Amino acid sequence: MLLRHTSKEVKVREGLTINPAKTCQPIGAMYAALGIHGCLPHSHGSQGCCSYHRSTLTRHYKEPVMAATSSFTEGASVFGGQANLLAAIETIFSVYDPDIIAVHSTCLSETIGDDLQQITKKASDDGKIPEGKYVIYASTPSFIGSHITGYANMVTGMAEQFTVSTGEKKNQVNIIAGWMEPSDMREIKRLSKELGVNIVLFPDTSDVLDAPQTGKHEFYPKGGTTVAELRSTGDSLSSLALGCVSAEPAAIALEKKCKVPFTTLDMPIGLSATDRFIMALSQAGGVSVPDTVTADRGRLVDVIADMEQYLYGKKVALFGDPDQIIPLTEFLLDLNMKPLHIVSGTPGQRFEKRMREILDARSPETNFKNGLGADMFLMHQWMKNEPVDLLIGNTYGKYIARDEDIPFIRFGFPILDRIGHSYFPSVGYSGGLRLVEKILSVLMDRQDRDALEEKFELVM
Amino acid sequence: MDTQNISLLEGREKQVYEKKNGQKGADIACDTTSLSGSVSQRACVFCGSRVVLYPVADAIHIVHGPIGCAAYTWDIRGAVSSGPELHRLSFSTDLGEMDVIYGGEKKLYRSLIELIDQYQPNAAFVYSTCIIGLIGDDIDAVCRKVEKEKGIPVMPVHSEGFKGTKKDGYKAACTALMQLIGTGSTEEISKYSINILGEFNLAGEAWIIREYYEKMGIQVVATMTGDGRIDAIRRSHGASLNVVQCSGSMTFLAKEMEEKYGIPFIRVSYFGFEDMSKSLYDVAQYFGDKPEIMEKAKVIVHDEIRHYYPDMQKFKKALTGKKAAIYVGGAFKTFSLIKALRTIGMSVVLAGSQTGNKDDYNRLKEMCEEGTVIVDDSNPVELSKFILEKEADLLIGGVKERPIAFKLGVGFCDHNHERKIPLAGFVGMYNFAKEVYESVMSPVWQFAPRKGGQQ
Repeated sequence: MLLRHTSKEVKVREGLTINPAKTCQPIGAMYAALGIHGCLPHSHGSQGCCSYHRSTLTRHYKEPVMAATSSFTEGASVFGGQANLLAAIETIFSVYDPDIIAVHSTCLSETIGDDLQQITKKASDDGKIPEGKYVIYASTPSFIGSHITGYANMVTGMAEQFTVSTGEKKNQVNIIAGWMEPSDMREIKRLSKELGVNIVLFPDTSDVLDAPQTGKHEFYPKGGTTVAELRSTGDSLSSLALGCVSAEPAAIALEKKCKVPFTTLDMPIGLSATDRFIMALSQAGGVSVPDTVTADRGRLVDVIADMEQYLYGKKVALFGDPDQIIPLTEFLLDLNMKPLHIVSGTPGQRFEKRMREILDARSPETNFKNGLGADMFLMHQWMKNEPVDLLIGNTYGKYIARDEDIPFIRFGFPILDRIGHSYFPSVGYSGGLRLVEKILSVLMDRQDRDALEEKFELVM
Repeated sequence: MDTQNISLLEGREKQVYEKKNGQKGADIACDTTSLSGSVSQRACVFCGSRVVLYPVADAIHIVHGPIGCAAYTWDIRGAVSSGPELHRLSFSTDLGEMDVIYGGEKKLYRSLIELIDQYQPNAAFVYSTCIIGLIGDDIDAVCRKVEKEKGIPVMPVHSEGFKGTKKDGYKAACTALMQLIGTGSTEEISKYSINILGEFNLAGEAWIIREYYEKMGIQVVATMTGDGRIDAIRRSHGASLNVVQCSGSMTFLAKEMEEKYGIPFIRVSYFGFEDMSKSLYDVAQYFGDKPEIMEKAKVIVHDEIRHYYPDMQKFKKALTGKKAAIYVGGAFKTFSLIKALRTIGMSVVLAGSQTGNKDDYNRLKEMCEEGTVIVDDSNPVELSKFILEKEADLLIGGVKERPIAFKLGVGFCDHNHERKIPLAGFVGMYNFAKEVYESVMSPVWQFAPRKGGQQ
């Protein structure tokens, strides 16, 4: 009854956001920075921001998350945060000894006008950055975009600030990961290896946020894209950006700086998007698709065919981040399901355009909205007007699922109450298989639960 | 970087103390903001206000600022309510770039009106975030205007993140509560009545405590803020005594109420048999003119301890000689935890807090055994280092510390927001011992490299 106040009648709200389907930029920048090896993310703002981001990431991954803060005080907010950041850079290198500090701003430091480029340059000029170490930065004001924007900005920062072009091409392909789980990044690397394509994946949070128990607290776990790899991306044959919102900006930056051509793809979630990814990767690397990958695909198709009757026409509401929602919507359509209500808190026209391309021909009546006002309250209202059989989204969906008494699959960020997302991928054919299994399990469990005794079937 | 082989963060020496040869040493430097560049476990002013006011369940809590502050504090603390659950929803003005340039007052006004129309709450709290302090929105004026139009109390909470530490946030929350207190009727309040302050009803703890006092024949006027209700807070000035737990968050309010309404207060803790019993006895003693209150308190203590004592022996037998590290928000809690751990045979090798003050730390120094390390505003490197050096078997902390303990192969107990079972009261001590036992004695450690990979 937690959401008993949700009214059916949808009224246009003029300011208020209720139960957001997004959060703010800095946490995205922090997550991206954790995907560089030996990097300590640094939050240039109040202490609380850093604490909240670390807590949220810790709850999502059940892993230690390290990041430093400028610890703004009232003084810093009046006189500017330059002194705090310079002091922070010095402290961090002398005490925590990272290879890289990745600084992101906050609403506070942006509003008082701190210029990260200028301050990091000053740190370098003043000799505060030891030889062979780096400070990179991304401007991530919380009042623009969402956590996805922050992720994209930090990944773009990596491309802009690390990449060099030596003029000599390397036989490798850049894969720029949109916001995905460490398990997904691991799967992308596995698939590339299977195809025999040399890749540089960045960022890469596998072996950082899914680290094994070792009896030690590794401040810098063994994973993450290395500086050498990041620097070499300027010499790569081409880039594949996995996600038009969270990955493409970095690909554009790389093209601008080092003339590395790029292709933007949907994140390879589900059958069609994975097909396009595998084709693009095989073309980029000049290789053919091995039988093992074709067989993976065949297994996914086989399962979908086997279980088609349990999927057909099932109505779904989903919410989350644009680069994940886009291919997931397409996958649901491929499964012969009916994505009915979709919200994403992240603003931007790319999402709407891509969703139109997918939905116009196959499901023009689907409700979808992103940006301001696209919150979970609105989605719940839509669901009250036109009920669904399944809800897919992050942990916060559990209130709605409980209220409406419908099956629920956790997918996206954050997932605060289940494990699995860091270990089992959603991308690739095996990821598709996992999604189908999850969908079928909750739908069929529900069917079993609700069946009359005489209709309660053993064989399904 | 190997966390075992590092020195203390420069500038941190004054916030770390090791008890040697019974020396008291210099005062621990505390009440300071964290060093720039530290990986601090602390939060901000807003966080302090939000955790204190959040359990008031029949009010709306709207966060005025960009989306993050509302998103990260959305229902993360299990403060349960016996009725309305408005506090578990997330409301934000979700300020964008244009609002930052042109001001967010109109958006706040419209949001409040929309919210109050939609949810019909008994009051509203409006939290300022960092940016509000910079763009200069007059939230007091907006609150006054809405209050007048809608006829419910609308309290501004001045919780700009950078304006101090979490403790300043507690104070801002108390200031908002003071606006409510004294506006309700004190009819039908007994002479033998109290307010329970600093109890947030995590996992239903306030209900347990309230029941003890009610069994003693004492009327509980308001709990602040666990399972909180606006009407109860408004009439809480009618109580005879304030009983304050969680010293950091609510002592300020108790002092204000003492000054304004002449209500005395006592400090208590509900953790561990020893302190829990004392909390009942101290209140009974205050109402000494009615001896049956003390009689009833004695019966409760006797019955409860007798009930849990046999089980506790099992835990004690297994845990005797094991060592604990404590790193929690407030120092007052540390005192109780040290005593509670002794009850189950465990010693404390590291004790620290995010927000302790000088007196807290001096008392801690007295309480601790030889060799115990005491830290203020610690960081993960320091915590890992001391846990390994002191060979702790258990860490008591919050969300950010949990995975560190497990990576080190050390048991863990959440004594913060994420406790899932009540740890307060007599039953809470039993639960605590059980949780510690489960974690420290877990078979998983047989399979895990422990303590720096040495074992």
